Amino acid sequence: MKPVNHGAWFLVLPMLIIVAFTAVIPLMTVVNYSVQYVATNAQFHWVGDLWFREVLHSEKFWNALWRNLVFSGCILAIEIPLGVLIALNMPRKGWGVPVCLVLMALPLLVPWYVVGMIWQMFGRVDIGLMGVMLRDIGYNYEGDPIDAWFTLILMDVWHWTSLVALLAYAGLVSIPDAYYQAARIDGASKWSVFRYIQLPKMARVLTIAVLLRFMDSFMIFTEPFAVIAGGDPVFLSTELKQTVELGQKAAMSLIYFLIILLMSWIFYTVMTRDDGEPIGQGGAS
Amino acid sequence: MARIDLDNIRHAYAPNPQAETDYALRLVNQTFDDGGAYALLGPSGCGKTSLLNIISGLVSPTEGRVLFNGDDMTSRPTEKRNIAQVFQFPVVYDSMTVRENLAFPLRNRGVKRVEIAKRVDEVIDIVGLQALADRRARGLTADEKQKISLGRGLVRADVGAILFDEPLTVIDPHMKWQLRASLREVHRRTATTMIYVTHDQTEALTFASKVVVMYDGLIVQVGTPAELFDCPSHTFVGYFIGSPGMNIVPASLNGANLQLGAHSVPLASAPRLEGQPNLEFGVRPEFVRLGAQGIPATVSRVEDAGRYRVVHLTMEGKAIAALLREGEEIPASPHIAFDPIGVHLYADSWRVAVAGAGAQ
Amino acid sequence: MKQSRFAWIVPALYILFLMAPLYWLVAMSFKTNVEITTRFTLVPETFNLNNYMKVFTDERWRSVFANSLIYVGLNTVISVAVALPAAYAFSRYRFFGDKHLFFWLLTNRMAPAAVFTLPFFQLYSAFGLFDTHIAVALAHCLFNVPLAVWILEGFMSGVPREIDETAYIDGHSFPSFFIRIFMPLIASGIGVAAFFCFMFSWVEYLIADSLARSAVIPITTRLQALSQASGTDWGVLAAAGTLTLIPGAIVIWFVRNYIAKGFALGRV
Repeated sequence: MKPVNHGAWFLVLPMLIIVAFTAVIPLMTVVNYSVQYVATNAQFHWVGDLWFREVLHSEKFWNALWRNLVFSGCILAIEIPLGVLIALNMPRKGWGVPVCLVLMALPLLVPWYVVGMIWQMFGRVDIGLMGVMLRDIGYNYEGDPIDAWFTLILMDVWHWTSLVALLAYAGLVSIPDAYYQAARIDGASKWSVFRYIQLPKMARVLTIAVLLRFMDSFMIFTEPFAVIAGGDPVFLSTELKQTVELGQKAAMSLIYFLIILLMSWIFYTVMTRDDGEPIGQGGAS
Repeated sequence: MARIDLDNIRHAYAPNPQAETDYALRLVNQTFDDGGAYALLGPSGCGKTSLLNIISGLVSPTEGRVLFNGDDMTSRPTEKRNIAQVFQFPVVYDSMTVRENLAFPLRNRGVKRVEIAKRVDEVIDIVGLQALADRRARGLTADEKQKISLGRGLVRADVGAILFDEPLTVIDPHMKWQLRASLREVHRRTATTMIYVTHDQTEALTFASKVVVMYDGLIVQVGTPAELFDCPSHTFVGYFIGSPGMNIVPASLNGANLQLGAHSVPLASAPRLEGQPNLEFGVRPEFVRLGAQGIPATVSRVEDAGRYRVVHLTMEGKAIAALLREGEEIPASPHIAFDPIGVHLYADSWRVAVAGAGAQ
Repeated sequence: MKQSRFAWIVPALYILFLMAPLYWLVAMSFKTNVEITTRFTLVPETFNLNNYMKVFTDERWRSVFANSLIYVGLNTVISVAVALPAAYAFSRYRFFGDKHLFFWLLTNRMAPAAVFTLPFFQLYSAFGLFDTHIAVALAHCLFNVPLAVWILEGFMSGVPREIDETAYIDGHSFPSFFIRIFMPLIASGIGVAAFFCFMFSWVEYLIADSLARSAVIPITTRLQALSQASGTDWGVLAAAGTLTLIPGAIVIWFVRNYIAKGFALGRV
């Protein structure tokens, strides 16, 4: 058990000051705006929950939220199984390991705007490799919303599946050989090995993967912005960026933030239901 | 139930072994009788775990054959060998309950539900996990998890042998005795062949009825704990078993006398050992007498171990340990004599029988 | 665990999929605009370096690269520096409100950047920091400090507490113990935390873009301005885009042995 030491607050203090400056004060500003009307002469007027009601009655908001949910659902449904599949088949020793790791990690280090730019150059039907090859079957992401969806999802899979794969791989290589030997002795099938050894051992890292991918895909802005430059589909962040009225923008920000918090909390609770220990503190074993 | 024969087993981990030193197992011939409790004892790197993995089929030997009840198993995969293994670190299926863990090997083999339930209940009773049967395996202690591993072996009606690879490594000291006692109890009730790998002589001697001592890729002696103590057939056994180990001193032979530097020890008869250069003389500290007669020595250190004391002496420039029982005193000018019953002669580390000396 | 003989096909296909768009970007950077827009060529007809020459000789390109690297470097140093003592506190002690604080901290990682662009603009303007490197570096602390604390806490919890106690008994003061004994022990954790801070600050666009107007324009803002203008110079964009991959590739190379464990944030 860790000793109780309230003096530890002093160690946390520098971090708190930074976070207060970068998170607390800005968030308070947002809260402040969300209940006021700012007139052109910079006069503030108290309007209560007006902006919140306006946002919640706005069809554009609900459409964007719905699109975000569908998008997050799609990319989770593709990236999690695909990442696990890749991790299961990655080499465990030899020269293939660093080659795989470095090449796979590469997309994660590409600036998000450049990711969008790369896919724009790759997908355009006039100059892109993919665009030109798919042109004949009618593909055109700039004209067809379905193709735009397809492109954005493919781009996200390209961009982020490696994160899931690397996390799952980290979970897999931490399984001692004895587990596989015991499974052989017990006559376990390949599926049983996956179901009862590999999957439980990956559960923690997969929880992290699902949370990170959900949060980040729910906040997505930059990459679609680069590819479709504000066209359809419009996500929540885009909607937020395009909202001009300060109070409405602030109210939408708070609702948006709360939705992410709520969804993350639900994911976390559901996924760690069977697990005695939280992934938060003292997680390393 | 099975008798296991190892027939001329040699094993090297690298392909194309050339020199003798390339082999982790140099040459092993050994029979494990059906229903026996064996210990494989030896220091780290002596090849005991390799041997165990060859028996279970996790490793296939470079040369030689593995026979179960006379059937050649060498090329059979692990899952077809009717072998169970308990590993150094507890291996349990975390997400299953204790009961599901025990049922797992049977489910994989397509055993009927009713039969599974019956066997699992029996095994839960044998290993003493009644209170935890429906708990998830994740939260259990290391010794409980090792019992599950053991139970997964016992649950199979056809299991021929259970192999243990240093199973007490991560168990709390006060639980070790208890778990070892339950292992013996399980052996008594089931009469399954058990082979127990360890580097701890206490574990080996208290668990097994036959101890197989390994050193440097070879089996150097097989015997009951008493045989290993009284009559070590290799200097390594003498040194490894017993606390402290056997005194081993280079010596030469002069007719029927053993020459230790300027002094000589008479032997019962003159052994024929012409042309044996590396002759050594071995005696356990229990058979070293301190008195006024014999070879002069100086005391360098005394350890008090409670019921006895270990006296470290220097004799003819060589270190010798002697055991003094309670009440015995160290003489003012100590001289060393050897009890003839405990005197052994080793040529190139292997024991040479000398009529009249040592217990036969 | 034995993998199937054909297991390598899965990662091989995946890597092929990852490399295809990157290849297209790099190939484009060696083509002339005429080749890009009028002929569809898989391999550049001639490897001409004109696009790169344009990037390197243009003062505006050089400065945006420098701007990005400066605020990313600043952010990495600040984030790790404040996260180290905080992570130590979380991993070693219980104190009033520790659990709430920790989870509240993690919620900051969930804050959408778009939410913060407006208040950041006003806050940093009020302090006269708008359009400075430090403003972007501080703003990126929003998500990097929680992340660094989380990663470091994971690595620190893997170090037995007995080490701390032994050091205090040996007469080390807290700072001396922390710097001379503890930090070397979690060196790989610090490396991983720094890697992630670098990564997320380097790839971020929205906040950096909103806090920079003229003096500290980040590379991505310039790319954005040029790519969505009419008469796009595709060759130069591709060359500049290719150059933005290099810092990432370098840091990956440095942490390649810790990548797997690092992505699990020290919690495998």
